[in-house]
Amino acid sequence: MNPILYPASAGTLESSDVFVEIAPAENGIEIDLNSVVQAQFGEEILAVVREVLDECGVENASLRIQDRGALDCVIRARVETAVNRGKGEN
Amino acid sequence: MLRSMLFLPGNNPNMLINGNCLGADAVIFDLEDAVSPAEKDAARILVRNTMRYMDFGGCGRIVRINSIDTPYWRKDLDQIMPYKPDMILLPKSGSAADVLAADEYMTELEEKLGFAANTVGLMPLIETAMGVENSFAIASSTKRIRALFLGAEDLTADLRCKRTKEGREIEYARTRLVVAARAANIDVFDTPFTDVNDDEGIVVDAELAKALGFSGKASISPRHVEVINRVFSPTMAEIDYAYEVIEAIRIAKEQGKGAIALRGKMIDAPIVARAERTISMAVEMGLGREV
Amino acid sequence: MKTKLVNSIREAIALAGLKDGMTVSFHHHLRNGDYVLNMVMEEIAALGIHELNMNASSVFDTHMPVIEHIENKVITSIQCNYMAAGVGRAISEGIMDTPVQFRTHGGRPSDICLGRTPIDVAFIAAPTSDPMGNCSGKYGPSACGSLGYAYPDAMYAKKVIVITDNLVPYPLTDFSIPESYVDYVVQVDAIGNPKGIVSGTTRITRDPVGLVMASYAAKVIEHSGLLKDGFSFQTGAGGASLAAAKFLKDIMLEKNIKGSFGLGGITGYMVDMLKAGCFQRLLDVQCFDLDAVESIRTNPNHQEVSAMHYASPSHRSAAVDSLDVVILGATEIDTNFNVNVHTDSNGYIMGGSGGHSDTAAGSKLAMIIAPMFRARMPIVTDQVTCISTPGKDIDVLVTQGGIAVNPKNAELMYRLKDAGLPVIDIHELKEKTERITGKPHHPKFGDKAVAKVIYRDGSELDTIYNVPVK
Repeated sequence: MNPILYPASAGTLESSDVFVEIAPAENGIEIDLNSVVQAQFGEEILAVVREVLDECGVENASLRIQDRGALDCVIRARVETAVNRGKGEN
Repeated sequence: MLRSMLFLPGNNPNMLINGNCLGADAVIFDLEDAVSPAEKDAARILVRNTMRYMDFGGCGRIVRINSIDTPYWRKDLDQIMPYKPDMILLPKSGSAADVLAADEYMTELEEKLGFAANTVGLMPLIETAMGVENSFAIASSTKRIRALFLGAEDLTADLRCKRTKEGREIEYARTRLVVAARAANIDVFDTPFTDVNDDEGIVVDAELAKALGFSGKASISPRHVEVINRVFSPTMAEIDYAYEVIEAIRIAKEQGKGAIALRGKMIDAPIVARAERTISMAVEMGLGREV
Repeated sequence: MKTKLVNSIREAIALAGLKDGMTVSFHHHLRNGDYVLNMVMEEIAALGIHELNMNASSVFDTHMPVIEHIENKVITSIQCNYMAAGVGRAISEGIMDTPVQFRTHGGRPSDICLGRTPIDVAFIAAPTSDPMGNCSGKYGPSACGSLGYAYPDAMYAKKVIVITDNLVPYPLTDFSIPESYVDYVVQVDAIGNPKGIVSGTTRITRDPVGLVMASYAAKVIEHSGLLKDGFSFQTGAGGASLAAAKFLKDIMLEKNIKGSFGLGGITGYMVDMLKAGCFQRLLDVQCFDLDAVESIRTNPNHQEVSAMHYASPSHRSAAVDSLDVVILGATEIDTNFNVNVHTDSNGYIMGGSGGHSDTAAGSKLAMIIAPMFRARMPIVTDQVTCISTPGKDIDVLVTQGGIAVNPKNAELMYRLKDAGLPVIDIHELKEKTERITGKPHHPKFGDKAVAKVIYRDGSELDTIYNVPVK
C-alpha cells in the first residue's frame, strides 16, 4: 500500500460536512478531532476514521478533522478522498 | 412511476443525505456541471457512499456522470456502478457512437461485477444540435437505453439562441425528442425549468411538456417537484375513464364482441394500453385499485 | 411648564433613585441592534450600583457586556424570556450564583402586573418620543414598529425612563406609551443600529428540506378542519415557517378563504397575507422586518398590541386564546411531545420560550416544524434536555421524514391520514432518524442550577443545569 506522501485535504466546513486534513507521519495514526457533536458521536467518528484508514492501508498519518455534523457516510467519503489525494492517486 | 427527477449537486452532503425526502420520484446525483474539476474525485466518492449507505426507499437513483470527452467518466462509472443506480444520465450525447462507448464500458463493468446485462439503464442527455438530429439513432442504439432527456440550457447555447421561459426556441427539439423516444418505445424527460422563484411559470412549462408527450420532467428545485408530480399524474377523471375502458373490455370479452364503443368512441388497443398505464400509476399513487 | 427632559442617562438614573439590590427592566424591540441596555448598564456600573436584578424581555448577543456586569456583581440576577447563545453560554458555564428565571412573553407581563416581579426602574428605548414621554416605535431612524413588550414595564415600574434618539415636539399623538406612565425622558445620539433592529425583506428559504417541511405544514393546516373563513394564524420568522406562510397564502387564495387575523411577531409575509385579503387584521406585538414596520405605520388594519393583550394568562383574555393555528420551532422534541427551545444539544442556553408556550397553550392547533436532524443531532429524543413547552400543548410535529401527530389529537391524525399525508408515529420517526444519524450519547451536565423555566401560570416547569467547563 502506498504511504501518505503529501499534505492534502478534503471536504468543507459547511453544516453536515467535515473538513479532513491529512499529512505524512512516521509513528502510526494521529487524529485531532474537533466536532460539533463531539460529546454525542466523538467515539463513533474516530472509529469510522480509523476503519477507513485501515481499508485504505494507511499505517502512518497525521489527521486534523473539523466535523460539522457529517453523517458516517460523508466522513468516510471525505477521509477516503483526503487519503487518495495524500497518496497522489487522484 | 417516474414523473419527476430532482438534480442534487454531487459534492453537497446536506443535499445528498436528504435527497430521498424531497418528494421526487427519482434524484439525479450530479457529478458533471455541479462539481468543479478540482472536486470531481471528492464528489464521485461522496455520491458513491450516499448510494452505498443511505436508504432511498422508493426514490429512484440516477447519476449524471461526466461526458465521454472528459478524463472523468470511466472513473465515475467505476465508483458508481457497484451500487446499481437505476440509470446513468450521459451528458452531451451527440451520436449513437457516444452512447455505445458508454454502453460498452458499462457492459464490461457489469460482467466484472457479476450483474445481469443492462442492470443499469442509460439515459442520453440530448443537449446539442447534433444530438437532436441524431435522437432516434441514439434512442434505438442499445437496449440499455431507458429514456431520452432534453437539456435545453446547453442546447440553446449550441443553437446560438436565447433560452426563454416560453421556450419557443426549443419547440422543435422537444417534439423531435418525443417522437424519437416514442418511436424507439422508451420514455422521454423534459429539461428543468430554471427560475426557482417563478411558481406560475413552472406550471405552464410542465403542462406544455405533458401536452407534448413527455413522460416527466426534471427539476433543480424541490419547489418544482410537487408541481411536476401533479401535472404528470392522471386526474381523477382520467382514472375513472381508465376503469370504464377496462370494464368495457371485460364485458365485451364476456359477450364475445369484437369492436367496442365507450361514450360513443371506438376503443382500440392504444386506448386500452393507455388505460392500463393510467391505472398502474393510480395504484402506485394510492388512488386506484388493481384490476 | 414641567419638563421631564434630563441631560443624560446617568442623571435620569440618579433622579429615579436607583440603588443597590433594585430591579431594572428593558424591552427587546430593538433586538440585536439595541444600544440602550448596554448604555444604561454601563452608566449604572460607573455609578457604583451593585446587586441589581435585571428583568429584560430578551437578551441578545449585542448584550455581551452583561457578562462583565455579572462578573463585577453589578447584575446578580436575571429574568428574561429569551437569551441568545453568547450570554447563554456564559450562564450555562455557571457564572451566576442565582439561576436565571426564564418566563414567557405572556408570563412576564402577567407576573409584572400581579406584582410577582416588581420593577423599580424601567428603561424604555423609544424610536420616537416627545419631551413628556409620549412615545412610539413606528417613527424615527431606529423605528422598530410595535412596542408591545414595553407596556407592562411602563405601566407597572415605580419609575419609567424613556430613552430616544428622535425627540419630536409635544404632543406626539400616534403613541404607543402615553406620557401618563413616564417620569423622565433622555435624548441620546442613537438608541440602536437599524441593521440589527429589523431585517430587510425577509426571504423565503431556499433550503430544500425547509421547503418540503413548509409544504407539509401548509397541507396539515389545509386538512386540519380549521382552515375556513374566520381563520387565525401565527408563525415565526424562521425560514421554513415563512415558507409555510407563503404556501398557506396560496392555498387560502385558491380556496378563497377569508381569515380573521394574523398574530404575533409580524413579518412581511404576514403583511402580504393581510394585503391579499387572507386576514382582515394583524395583531402585532413585535415587528421583524421593514415591511412590517411600514405596514403598522400606515395600515389601520395592522394593530399594535401589548404583551398582556398578546399572551397574558392572568388577564381577562389574550389574543392567543382566540388563535386557531400556530407554527413553532424546536431544538428538541421528545416522544411525549415536550419541546425544548432553551438549550442546544450540549445543554448550552441559546434561546427561550418567547411566545412558544403561550401560543401553544392558547391555539387550537400547535405545530412544530423541525428537520429530522440538524448537523447529525436527531430532533426527536426520549427526553428533552429542557422542557420549554409541555407536550400536552403540542398537536403535531412536521419533519421532512414524516408528520407525527400527538395521540391526544386523534381527530387530527385521522384527518391527515385521510388526506394522504405521511403520518408517522413519533417513536417510529425517532428510530427512522437514528438509522440515519446513529444514536447519540447524551452529554453529562453539572449539578448547579443555572436557570429555571417558569411556565406562563407561574409554576416551575424545569431546571437547566450547568455545562461543565473542560
